[in-house]
Amino acid sequence: MRALLLRDLRLAFRAGGGFGLSLAFFLMVAVIVPLGVGPAPATLALIAAGVLWVGALLAALLSLDRIFALDYEDGSLDLLATSPLPLGGVVAMKALAHWLTTGLPLVAASPILAVLLNLPTQGYVWLLVSLAIGTPALSIIGAFGASLTVGLKRGGLLLGLLVLPLYIPTLIFGAEVVKSGAEGASIGTPLAALAAITAGAWAGLPLAAAMAIRANLR
Amino acid sequence: MLTAQNVSVARAGVMVLVGVSFHLTAGRALILRGPNGAGKTTLLRAVAGLQPLAGGSLNGGEDDIAYGAHSDGVKPTLTVAENLTFWAQIYGTHLTAPAMAAMQMETLANRRAGQLSAGQKRRLGLARILVTGRKIWVLDEPTVSLDAASVALFGAAVQAHLAAGGAALIATHIDLGFAAGVLDITPFRADAHAPVLSGQFDEAFL
Repeated sequence: MRALLLRDLRLAFRAGGGFGLSLAFFLMVAVIVPLGVGPAPATLALIAAGVLWVGALLAALLSLDRIFALDYEDGSLDLLATSPLPLGGVVAMKALAHWLTTGLPLVAASPILAVLLNLPTQGYVWLLVSLAIGTPALSIIGAFGASLTVGLKRGGLLLGLLVLPLYIPTLIFGAEVVKSGAEGASIGTPLAALAAITAGAWAGLPLAAAMAIRANLR
Repeated sequence: MLTAQNVSVARAGVMVLVGVSFHLTAGRALILRGPNGAGKTTLLRAVAGLQPLAGGSLNGGEDDIAYGAHSDGVKPTLTVAENLTFWAQIYGTHLTAPAMAAMQMETLANRRAGQLSAGQKRRLGLARILVTGRKIWVLDEPTVSLDAASVALFGAAVQAHLAAGGAALIATHIDLGFAAGVLDITPFRADAHAPVLSGQFDEAFL
């Protein structure tokens, strides 16, 4: 298991691995939105939480099809499926590697981008907390979507259509945590819901994704 | 070690082979023969557990099989040694060095796999089989793009494996240079219009 995680991390950092692409995309979204809606600080402060969360969502989506597609193309997925590792564990490790290479840098960079979007200062800590809790769900839900489209040529667009609706609950509660936190209101309920989605997704989806992969490899 | 009784396999909802039986014992190799499209790959994938049988039964070998497919599962941005070490860790063995020696890859150990020639990549794929330490090798056209010297190298590796009590099921079109049983699957080909036998409803839609 650990060997698989280390291999995926190593592949991500090697040439063509795509590390940093999602982060750069997230940065671009945060820079472009003020150009579109105008630089009025009050407007930006109002939409900052939502824009940052939507940006995180799209950034995660960008790199999803790599989770299984590359391993499928070079035959590794067949070999992993016949290896002693449980396939659910393979999915979980690959999703974890995806989160470590896309989600985690995004969480770390988010306060800097929050400055660009004029997020009220008391919202910073909640932005960090909500992204740290919510982005792992994006990775595992995305891995599930990728497992459904593995083996399809040009499955990227279909993957987006499948996965974005599943991201909605995470987006709603994640943005709600930041918004309420920035206004100084209570954030207990949305934070608990966000954590519950992440925990539930990690508990159930690896097995579902493993079954989808087995069906797609036939 | 591995017994197939009356096995039938289907591909994309169409029966490919019907009623294949064979018995694989320790120290023996079985060569699968048949023209292109006869169903060799489908049968091997079923034996490896990648797809369900449409009929019959397979006994033995659940946790003993090392499967080698058409593609080698080699990561181009990892070095030869990194590729092999990864699979050794997955299978919990420490056979990287002997496997590289058997396939004469020591001089290439630190080369990135993406820079290897097709034949060298294939040798790396075969070294991966050695690294698993599994008893039953299930290999699909292992000699594709190998030169004569490498085929001999591969033949020697298989013979060493058999001498150590292993077994091998190999689909190939060429003579590997050692004594082995031959199973020609041509007589087992299914009528192309035969329906899938068992109740695997989803097969029909794949």
